Amino acid sequence: MGNHALSYGAMLGRSQVIAAYPITPQTQVVELLSEMCADKTLDAMFIKVESEHSAMAACLGASLSGARTFTATSAQGLALMHELLHWASGGRLPVVMGNINRAMAPGWSIWSDQNDSLSQRDTGWIQFYCANNQEVLDTVIQAFKVSEKLLIPSMVILDAFTLSHTYEVVDIPEQEKVDEFLPPFKPEITLTPDDPHAFGGLTSPEHYFELRYKLQKDMEKVEALIEKTGREYEKMFGRYLGIVEEHLCDDADLIFITSGTMGSTAKVGVDELRKEGIKAGNLRIKVFRPFPFDVVRNVIKGARKVAVVDRNISYGHHGMFFQEVKSAVFGHSDGIPIFGFITGLGGRDITPSTFREIAQYVREKEKPEENIVWIGVKK
Amino acid sequence: MRLSLPEEELMNSGHMACQGCGATLAMRYVLKALGQKVALCIPACCWSVIDGPFPYSSLDVPIYHCAFETAAVSASGVKAGLEMVGDTETTVVAWAGDGGTFDIGIQALSGVAERNDDILYVCYDNEAYMNTGTQRSSATPYGAWTTTTPVKHFKNRPKKDMEAIMAAHRIPYIATASVGYPEDLFKKVKKAKDIQGTRFLHIYAPCPSGWKSRPEDTIKLARLVVQNAIFPLYEIEWGEKYTLNIKIKEKKPINDYLRIQGRFRHLKKEEVAFIQEEVDKKWERLLANVNGNQ
Repeated sequence: MGNHALSYGAMLGRSQVIAAYPITPQTQVVELLSEMCADKTLDAMFIKVESEHSAMAACLGASLSGARTFTATSAQGLALMHELLHWASGGRLPVVMGNINRAMAPGWSIWSDQNDSLSQRDTGWIQFYCANNQEVLDTVIQAFKVSEKLLIPSMVILDAFTLSHTYEVVDIPEQEKVDEFLPPFKPEITLTPDDPHAFGGLTSPEHYFELRYKLQKDMEKVEALIEKTGREYEKMFGRYLGIVEEHLCDDADLIFITSGTMGSTAKVGVDELRKEGIKAGNLRIKVFRPFPFDVVRNVIKGARKVAVVDRNISYGHHGMFFQEVKSAVFGHSDGIPIFGFITGLGGRDITPSTFREIAQYVREKEKPEENIVWIGVKK
Repeated sequence: MRLSLPEEELMNSGHMACQGCGATLAMRYVLKALGQKVALCIPACCWSVIDGPFPYSSLDVPIYHCAFETAAVSASGVKAGLEMVGDTETTVVAWAGDGGTFDIGIQALSGVAERNDDILYVCYDNEAYMNTGTQRSSATPYGAWTTTTPVKHFKNRPKKDMEAIMAAHRIPYIATASVGYPEDLFKKVKKAKDIQGTRFLHIYAPCPSGWKSRPEDTIKLARLVVQNAIFPLYEIEWGEKYTLNIKIKEKKPINDYLRIQGRFRHLKKEEVAFIQEEVDKKWERLLANVNGNQ
C-alpha cells in the first residue's frame, strides 16, 4: 500500500530521526516505521510524540543537529503543524514529510482531497504529488537528495485510500544502490557545542529580507535540480520522476491538467475519448511547489482548450491548480481558453466518466463562462 | 576569600537584559554548572531577546531559538539528532520562561516527561509574560497586578503547581531553585547534569520591570521568597522522594516581600492574610511530603 511505500522510502533513505503522531489514513506509516526501528531494519530514533505539532518540532531539532529526519501526517495533523512548516523552511531544515491528502473537518472526513496540503503552499516547502505507489517510494528517496542539497524541506503527497491503502506491486531498490545515490546528510553548520552558533534569533529588518530572498532564489533552483536528480535516479533504477507526466499531449486539442491519482484516472478517460475520435491529452503535474510555469506553458501551447481539474478549492477564489495554470500563461498566452473544474471533494469518486463529462462541457463552449464548473454536485 | 562558583563565564557582556534581571543571573549560574558541552533550545521568552539579535549572541554555547510551545520537544529532537550523529555527551537544555512552560508549552513538556526523554528542562519563572510587557500567565501568583489583571480585577486564582504536575509524571529529578541562592542552584544543576531522563528545574527569577520592584532588590526578593516559604527550595526524585534544601526555622512574614513590589501594592489586609493562609497550607503539604506522610 502507499503507506508502506512511503515507509520503505524513509527506510531506504536511512532516516535517522523520525517523530510522528498517528492519524487516519497515515497510521500504517507510523506502525511500519515503529517495527523497522524496533527490529533495527532501520537504525533510527523514533520519538513517539503527543501531537503533530511536536512531531514537526522534534524533526526540526533533530535536523538542526545534523540528522536526516522524516515524518508523516495528514489533514488536521498537517494543519496543526502549520506554524512549524514556516519554521522548517525559514530555518532551512530539509525535513522530508509524507502527507496523505485528506479532506479538512468539519464535518469529519477521512477521505481524499487536496485542501490540506494546498493550504500549506505558501510555507516554503517543495510539494510532490504522487499517482502510484512506486512513485511514492521513488519520490521520498529523491526528495531527501533535493531537499538536502538546497536546504528546503519536502512534502511527498499521496491520496487517502486510493493510494495510501491500495496495494500495488512496488520495486524496492537495493539499499547499497540507494546509498550510492543518496550519500549521508552532512550539513555545513549544525547545532553543536564544538562550533557554537545561535539559530533563528531576533532578526531585524536589516537582515530578515535577505534571508527570505535567499530562500526564494534557492526555491527557483528546485525544478532544475529535480530534473537532474531524476536523471541520476533513472540511470541507476530505470525510473524517471520529473516535474510533469504528459499523456498524448503533443497533438491534443483538449488537455486536462490533473494531479495525484486522478492523473491516472484521467489517462483512462483520455484513451476512451481518443477512441471516440476526440483528441484529448492529460498533463499530470507532479510538483506544485515550486510551480513549473514554463513546463506547463510549453506543454499546453499547442492545445485549443485546457481543462484544469481541481480536487480542492480556495474559497472565494478558484481551484488552486487552476489559479496557477492561469498565472503560468498570463502575459504569454495567445488566448487559449482555460476552464476550471472542481470535483472529488471529501473523497467523492473521480472516474473516467468525470473526464468525459468535462470534455463534453468544454466542447460545447467557445470559452469559459464561469471560473468554477462543479462536476458531480448533487442537485 | 574562596569562590563558591567557578570563575569561568559562558555568558558575556553585551546582552540585552534589563537592570536587575533575575533570568540573566539564572542563565549565568546554570551555564557555570553545565560547562561548555551544552546545546540550548530557547522558545519565545525574555531570553530570546536577552541573548542578542542576529547575528550576535551573548552566550558561548549553541542556541536553537525554537517556537514558543516547543521548548521541551525541540530539545528531545536535538538530543535524538545529536545521538544519531555520534554526540552522546552534550547536555541538551530546554530553557523557557513561565509562559512557555506553565501555559503554551505544557503539552510538549508533558509528552517529553511521559517518555522520559533525556533532556534538562529549565523554567526561569518571572511570574508573567514579561517579554510582551507583563501579561498574566498561570504562573502569576494570587493577588498580583499585571496589564491583563488590572488592580480592580487582580489575579484571583493561585499560581499553578508545576512541581506537582511534573511529579505526577514520575520523572527522575525535579528541583526548585532561586537566583538568591546561587550555591544551591549550582549544586542542583550539577546533580541534574549527571541524571539520565527528563530533569525539571524551576528557577525563581525576579523581574524589576514587571514586578515594579527596584533592580537592587532582586536578590533580596529572591531570598525573601524562600525564607517566607512562598517559593521553598526542594527536590523531588522519581515523583516521590521529597528533600527540603533550605530549611526554615520560622517563616518570615510575607508582607516584607509583598510591600517592596508595586504589583502587590493594592492588596488589602484581608487579601494579604488570605495569601498567608495559602502559603501556610502549601508549606504544611510540602513538609508532609518531605517527611514522607503523603
